[in-house]
Amino acid sequence: MKDTSDTRRLFRQLLRIRLIEERVAAIYPSDKIKSPIHLSIGQEAISVAVCDVLQPQDIIAVSYRGHAGYLAKGGDLKGMIAEMYGKPAGCAFGKGGSMHLVSAEAGVMGASAVVGTHIPLAAGQALAAKLRGEDKVIVCFFGDGATEEGCFAETLNFAALHKLPLFFVCENNGYAIHSPLKKRWANLDICARVRAYGVPAVRTETSDVTVMRAAAEAAVAAIRDGEGPQFLEAVTYRWLEHVGPNEDYAAGYRSRDEMEPWENEDPVARLAAVMDAAWVEKTRAEIAAEIDEAVEFAEQSPIHQQEDLYRHVYAQ
Amino acid sequence: MSMLSEKPAMAGRLLAYVDALSEGVAQEMERDPSVFLFGLDVDDHKAIQGSTRGLVQRFGPNRVFGTPLSEDAMTGVAIGAAMAGMRPIHVHIRMDFLMLCMNQLVNIAAKAHYMFGGAVSVPMVVRCMIGKSWGQGAQHSQGLHSLFMHIPGLKVVAPSNAYDAKGLMAAAIRDNNPVVFVEHRLLYFTDAYVPEESYTVELGKARVTAPGTDITLVGVSNMVMECLRARELLAQVGISAEVVDLVSLQPLDSDTVLASASKTGKLLMVDNAWTMCGASAEVLARVAESEEGAGVRMARMGFAPTTCPMSPELEKVFYPNAATIAAKAHSMLRPGSDWMPDEKAAQLSYQMTFRGPF
Repeated sequence: MKDTSDTRRLFRQLLRIRLIEERVAAIYPSDKIKSPIHLSIGQEAISVAVCDVLQPQDIIAVSYRGHAGYLAKGGDLKGMIAEMYGKPAGCAFGKGGSMHLVSAEAGVMGASAVVGTHIPLAAGQALAAKLRGEDKVIVCFFGDGATEEGCFAETLNFAALHKLPLFFVCENNGYAIHSPLKKRWANLDICARVRAYGVPAVRTETSDVTVMRAAAEAAVAAIRDGEGPQFLEAVTYRWLEHVGPNEDYAAGYRSRDEMEPWENEDPVARLAAVMDAAWVEKTRAEIAAEIDEAVEFAEQSPIHQQEDLYRHVYAQ
Repeated sequence: MSMLSEKPAMAGRLLAYVDALSEGVAQEMERDPSVFLFGLDVDDHKAIQGSTRGLVQRFGPNRVFGTPLSEDAMTGVAIGAAMAGMRPIHVHIRMDFLMLCMNQLVNIAAKAHYMFGGAVSVPMVVRCMIGKSWGQGAQHSQGLHSLFMHIPGLKVVAPSNAYDAKGLMAAAIRDNNPVVFVEHRLLYFTDAYVPEESYTVELGKARVTAPGTDITLVGVSNMVMECLRARELLAQVGISAEVVDLVSLQPLDSDTVLASASKTGKLLMVDNAWTMCGASAEVLARVAESEEGAGVRMARMGFAPTTCPMSPELEKVFYPNAATIAAKAHSMLRPGSDWMPDEKAAQLSYQMTFRGPF
């Protein structure tokens, strides 16, 4: 990898998401964020790679581990932090929290905390785009656990049948909460299972953001050409615990040895090493200032009035 | 009876419930290009027992299409399309099949507007039909509306006649929330005066279908018909029953029920469902909690607390009917006298046609 405008753009996104997640983790013990947090540290490159090939009108659907996708697609940082603080200035009016980030402006469908539920919703968005003849690609990010839900299989079939403009992106981090793949899958080849539905599938097994970007670019181009849904299995690793700001290698269900190759290949560190050092420092400082400002915004932003409880039960 | 079958001043012609459903959908599809209709077999030769007849021919396969047997994901597809600004109508030939959609309906459709702080809305209609008779049995007969009434964010309507079927369909499609639209198989071929032009029936308004002074009979869906028949039987022994059709279950218009019950002093609610934690429990609780409801004598009827049997002999005792409703009402008004309507009269009550508009 070289220091080019492309790699700078990708690096900046990666670094920004990493620093935001680290700040969220640092704030968490203060109890100012009273919301379960599922951090994306270690998995950010997938969101960055995929969102880098999207257009503003494209839409992404993310799960409760959705900070990286939300940020990579252009979701507002202040709105995200204020949301985690439960403030009305949050992107979901402080009613959703970390697990329900949403941004109509940036094209982020509201995130769901029930595994897999957003997969058919993404297909519905794709169907709407197709019915209206819009040039729009819908991307659905989900984990390996979500592929075990019935609605995943149902949606693959429906999306293939209708040639929907839908990009399935499986962030395979090897665990459904704490259960490893080999306790859950009789056939570890998810791509083969997906291809059986008539959906082309590609697997990446790297933390190299440029490799994933190339895979995403090809898939998105095929979708824009009307070839129907595509599937990417991006093998990755969750560095921290399922929910919360800490490591959990002492818990016994996985060992830190498993994580080390991923840490050694950390795309943030690898890219930083080939970039101009002064630029990296300047970028880091800019991002830190942006985060400071967003945290300050969330902290200073007013809290809810009690009557807000009754708002938004029904749409007018 | 005569009052109900008189042709009203308003324009209209007799139309069957089943045709009112498809006409209501067709007029909305004509009016709004974002409306589309899908579900298993909506486009086949049987057309969901006639209720989607002609729609695919008229609006084409992009707006009217069948689906795989994937109720869970198809509900999600409807929600996603609704979030994208479409107005989907998702059709189920039996209400029992909504159990396959519960995750999406309860965890997403009902909550999306709230948990995303108003950033999205889910304007969709879930059409479903309650079956009855000819051995529908355990899994083709359930009235499960109270499950949906329980969840904030969902709306639930249950038209009992062709006029409401068409008008509520238009209102449900235009509503910006998910609406569970509960139909009843036995109502499909009942007719009422239905205007040709498009109109809406307001969600959240009950209706006094037939006036009376001695007791209020509140019905849901097909049980409104049974209450009207019971009213005729009661009239034969000098009892004047007022029949209230709830029309909409969520929002629930308990004010209309309360006004009637506080006038008559007696309230018998007959649900097209089980009574345990059901719509009847909610209605009676609201009356009991109100000041005006103090002193109103109340009772309720519904499905027997069993699974619905296939056997015709057993099915007969599973459901309330005109005779059992009339007998129950009679016992509330004249305690101690053990009256049952004459069997012939009870049978004859099923020959009567009830024609709206109600």
